[in-house]
Amino acid sequence: MMDSKLNLDKSKIKKARQLSKEIAGPVNEYISQHTTVAIERATLRLLGADGVSKDEVPVPNMVINSLGDKIQYGAAKYYINALIRKNVSPQELNELIADGLDISSIDFTDQKLIDQKAEELVEGAAKRIKENVAYRSGKIDQYKEKENSPLLYLIVATGNIFEDVKQAQAAAKQGADIIAVIRTTGQSLLDFVPYGATTEGFGGTYATQENFKIMRKALDEVGEETGKYIRLVNYCSGLCMPEIAAMGALERLDMMLNDSMYGVLFRDINMYRTFVDQKFSRMINAFADITINSGEDNYLTTSDAYEKAYTVTASQFINEQFAYDSGLPAKLMGLGHAFEINPQMENGFLYEMAQAQMAREIFPEAPLKYMPPTKYMTGDIFKGFIMNAMFNFIAKSTNQGILLLGMLTEAIHTPFMQDRFLAVENARYILNSTKDFSNDIEFKKDGIMQTRAQDVLDQTIEFLENINQQGLFDSIENKMFAEVSRPKHGGKGFDGVTEKAKDYFNPVYKYLENELGLK
Amino acid sequence: MEGQNMMIRPYGDTMNDGAIQLSFTLPVPHSAKADEAARQYAKKLGFNEVEVVHSNPLSDKFTFFVIYGKTTQQLDYDKVEVEAIEKTMDYYEVNNYIEENIKRKIVVVGACTGTDAHTVGIDAIMNMKGFDQHYGLERYPMIEAINMGAQITNEELIERAVELNADAILVSQVVTQKEVHIQNMTDLIELMEAEGVRSKMLVVAGGPRISNKLALELGYDAGFGRGTFPENVASFVVEKMVEKKAVSS
Repeated sequence: MMDSKLNLDKSKIKKARQLSKEIAGPVNEYISQHTTVAIERATLRLLGADGVSKDEVPVPNMVINSLGDKIQYGAAKYYINALIRKNVSPQELNELIADGLDISSIDFTDQKLIDQKAEELVEGAAKRIKENVAYRSGKIDQYKEKENSPLLYLIVATGNIFEDVKQAQAAAKQGADIIAVIRTTGQSLLDFVPYGATTEGFGGTYATQENFKIMRKALDEVGEETGKYIRLVNYCSGLCMPEIAAMGALERLDMMLNDSMYGVLFRDINMYRTFVDQKFSRMINAFADITINSGEDNYLTTSDAYEKAYTVTASQFINEQFAYDSGLPAKLMGLGHAFEINPQMENGFLYEMAQAQMAREIFPEAPLKYMPPTKYMTGDIFKGFIMNAMFNFIAKSTNQGILLLGMLTEAIHTPFMQDRFLAVENARYILNSTKDFSNDIEFKKDGIMQTRAQDVLDQTIEFLENINQQGLFDSIENKMFAEVSRPKHGGKGFDGVTEKAKDYFNPVYKYLENELGLK
Repeated sequence: MEGQNMMIRPYGDTMNDGAIQLSFTLPVPHSAKADEAARQYAKKLGFNEVEVVHSNPLSDKFTFFVIYGKTTQQLDYDKVEVEAIEKTMDYYEVNNYIEENIKRKIVVVGACTGTDAHTVGIDAIMNMKGFDQHYGLERYPMIEAINMGAQITNEELIERAVELNADAILVSQVVTQKEVHIQNMTDLIELMEAEGVRSKMLVVAGGPRISNKLALELGYDAGFGRGTFPENVASFVVEKMVEKKAVSS
């Protein structure tokens, strides 16, 4: 553990954590009593449901549609019952369902048989995921030396998975440690996950299980070539959070954008739906040893980075609490923030460094995810390149874990190949040149940076107290976050939330709760 | 020259030296041959005294170059004319414009109407997050933006707009079959006229198959096609509101 540079009051940090716990309490209460169509579909996927009908409706959606209100008892029960009754494999059952078999009205067999079969299927999925975890940690150990610190994160976004592969492999060769495949505009608002390899998207590529598989293979290949384990990222957000988590766990993704409130605030997804979904998705991520990235950077594209710095810190505390409540250890929490301070601001660099260092000291084990400047990037690519350098410098000197590289052409177009190269060069120069800078400096007592961090922490506590008083649901409705109001029963996906029946059955949920020590 | 024409060339460090810097990537492996290819390519572009000052491999198959060259091309500056481009305001300008000229928050109701279930268009324009780094209308402090989502009937849309005393309605039509969007769009205007609310608010259509011309023909105030950003729509709405007010008062 590093020495404190900021001289933060430990009792205040403790206080903020306590408030976050109190804030999450009533939300967790609601979560525990409800399920959603997405949770049920994710459960089915982990039990073996896959494929699509002739009309491209995914099998998990077909099951959920036919069940209607019955999902309150857990879709798994019906799916497993059908497997036993029809005496078929999941693959065969998927084909039957795709051809129109309705499994919602098949007479139930003995619950013991269902439990037995459930155990077998859950063990099967768990085995595959555990193998993925073991493979990943083996490779990371093997290639540790070559990793950059922070890990360099680059984005590809062509819309065509096969084109993405070329760009991702080139980016890996240029020095990236992490590749994110941006999703097509609007996928987060689809209440199903498309199927198969896809070659068309708007501003990104569809997240599908097949696309995950294709990119995973490509990154493993280039990883072997370059002597590195290249991590793959996708977006565990939107209306299909848990399903994306399930697919990512099965296909060995390594990181997931996975925020507890992002969908509510920035995509207008219903808050109850999001809170219930995020828990199960994070449980899956925790079990699959997948690092989550939270989306605090988004607050700063809306609001001023200096004025509203405390909303970032507060959101980090809340994300941390919900992550703990889902069984995620701190080492998997890529809590987010961003270098979005106005470049015209006097001493802006000091405030930015104070904020980054504060996150480091409050969340010492978290692999913090640091996002590059976007808001004040312009067509002046020369200035943009310097801003990215300032950003990289702060990232290194405050020991951030994940560095999303800024592009000098951020404000102009999706990156040219040379833009990514220049971004990696910029970062590598700074990472090498300032390698031990952070160990070699202290901050002046009661100087600008210490004072700033202490002020932001005070504001954070005040803000959290206010939220705790109103309750998180009401706070969101009352525009406390991101200057937007989201009504409790508004937004997308609320009709997909159902209260669990007393005898609700979900063997995956139960297994994960046990494995993660949540029960 | 006789002061008649003002001929110009790029300026490096001497008047009329024509010096230009450029950088680009060629799809060839990094090698001496690649450098020569880049030099020759720059010559083909019309540059003289070409210098490849830097080259670097981007992968096994691509090389990045930084090049300086000089051009003899010149331009008569006096003959340059600029068209008055219709420039739309950006996020900040729109908000300031509303504060200064309308002096209250404006209300915009949007929906993807009829059978169309594709919210990507209306979401790109209205959602907080916006599209391609262009903030959506929800993020504008001076705009109260209500996105009703997809498969909204014309009746529902009008009812909501009237209830909220909307200043503008945004209608999105993304995927349609057999031109149903034309009928649907026409119906909206007819309904609004029948209810006597057409003149009370602006009605704007958008979608990949919508053009300004088509929208005007169907009785809309404007239509926006592919490549439209939220600020384009916002600029139109606020300027039109002020213009209409000026006419009616």
